[in-house]
Amino acid sequence: MSRTYLIIADHRDGKLRQVTLEALQAAKIAAREGDRITAVILGSQLTPIADELAEYPVSDIHLIEHDSLKHYNPEAYLAALSPLLESVRPDAVFTGHTAAGRDLAPSIAAKLQAGQLSDVIAIEHSGEDIVFTRPLYAGKAFEKKVFREFPWVVTVRPNNIPAAEPSGGQRAPIVKADYAPAPSLRSVVKDVVRKTTGKVDLAEAKIIVSGGRGVKSADGFKPLEELAELLNGAVGASRGACDAGYCDYALQIGQTGKVVTPEIYIACGISGAIQHLAGMSRSRIIIAINKDPEAPIFKVADYGIVGDLFEVVPLLTQEFRKVLG
Amino acid sequence: MNIYVVMKQTFDTEEKIAIENGKVSEDGAKFVINPYDEYAVEEAIRIKEQSGGHVVVVSVGPERTAEALRTALAMGADEAVLIADERIPQDEYALSNALAAYFADKSPDLILGGNFSVDNGAGQVAVRLAELLKIPHVSSITKLELSGGNASVHRDAEGDLEVLQVSLPALFTAQQGLNEPRYPSLPGIMKAKKKPFRQLTLDDLGVSADSLKAKTAQIELFLPPARQAGRILQGDLPEQAAQLVELLRTQSKAI
Repeated sequence: MSRTYLIIADHRDGKLRQVTLEALQAAKIAAREGDRITAVILGSQLTPIADELAEYPVSDIHLIEHDSLKHYNPEAYLAALSPLLESVRPDAVFTGHTAAGRDLAPSIAAKLQAGQLSDVIAIEHSGEDIVFTRPLYAGKAFEKKVFREFPWVVTVRPNNIPAAEPSGGQRAPIVKADYAPAPSLRSVVKDVVRKTTGKVDLAEAKIIVSGGRGVKSADGFKPLEELAELLNGAVGASRGACDAGYCDYALQIGQTGKVVTPEIYIACGISGAIQHLAGMSRSRIIIAINKDPEAPIFKVADYGIVGDLFEVVPLLTQEFRKVLG
Repeated sequence: MNIYVVMKQTFDTEEKIAIENGKVSEDGAKFVINPYDEYAVEEAIRIKEQSGGHVVVVSVGPERTAEALRTALAMGADEAVLIADERIPQDEYALSNALAAYFADKSPDLILGGNFSVDNGAGQVAVRLAELLKIPHVSSITKLELSGGNASVHRDAEGDLEVLQVSLPALFTAQQGLNEPRYPSLPGIMKAKKKPFRQLTLDDLGVSADSLKAKTAQIELFLPPARQAGRILQGDLPEQAAQLVELLRTQSKAI
């Protein structure tokens, strides 16, 4: 029997997020010949996003467009999605493990009384099974899991599964779905405030410049921000820096906080507590800058500079600027 | 106001993880209330202190979980419930349905939980519970204000701040920044010993083990390869900075 995989697209600022293509790739790996991969986008003013997604190998794209879906609202999104879930009857739902995806997916799983695997970092075939790898203890351990029955719900962690390639030929047809907002919504989004200073999301950043207690103050983050901006990266922080009030908790990387896997992680004035290492030790290259040569962070760093971050970081910015022009 | 907190006991985040016989070794491990659930417990107690109410802490887990529940009682919760039954598998479908069965004859005004647990990290159970109970939810909140039958909450969405208004009953999951959890006081610890503590099985909940069969299965558990310490650069700082950028270009091909 042919199966149907449903991709829930994630987007931001009118652009498709890369993680959507990673979720699509995960579904492609799981799908067998003859299976159907369909996609849905929820929000308002979705045409440019749909046009972008149409380049990729999906059989069709459902648009659920309404002003009341402009911002993510768990109740409204699930209500908007429900008719589609009933008509498409997906055997599997794939989406990103993002602010919206990680919240929406368990609601869908509960609605379908389905199993869910969250925060998946790899997917592979093993005999008849499709095997999913996901972190435990924020990456201190990993597990491989399988589903015992359909339907499945899967969220994939950004930056881990390669993105699907464009289909290079036919564009996927775009179908507008009817949507009438539920009359009795019990939750309303009143306001959305953009707090992140940088434009690059921490979870999807290729380069992260992260500060610990060693930055000493909120102002101490300035040289880090400058370096991150030059490298088109994002700024992160350790729990120490967040607890000391130097930065917002939204920046925290670690077992409490976010787990990140960038290409380059530059730890500035971070000693390297076990709970912080759990959140960043799968970065491809780790650079540690710390005054204390005994700091545990050096034990996991590919390159270490023993020195004051307030001297080293501006020097690095200068050197990178030379190279990057 | 009937306030419930769904919580879990987890390893302390400073613990290293070791695998023994295909399982995570619990030998000598320090257990704590899952840090995100601790914010939920604290918030529930603050609401009770400010506007009155009754706080029940509920957990599904092994017997050792009793310690975490007692800590929550010592912080100021009124009543604890431990659903301990080996027939409940470690699967979010099963865990959320067991909790939903517990809530079947309750009338919560507010259910609080953590954004995710620092061990499994899936962030599913609380959100699933809201859907099973057909009440609205907002996850990852950093602020909660109640007024009349409504809650105004701030949600942390990957750094953005979303302000939502939700009518009660509703479920919220706590993000870091919601509050600063208190330490249990000595009188609190003494009082906790006299507070109601109930332990329930699936039979008490009227749920058959058959209906809670896991939808997923773990087939392998492994530790990541240990990272090797790399190079500490030498020379004066401007030289080291130049060297690092050069290494990133040539050796690591990262820029």
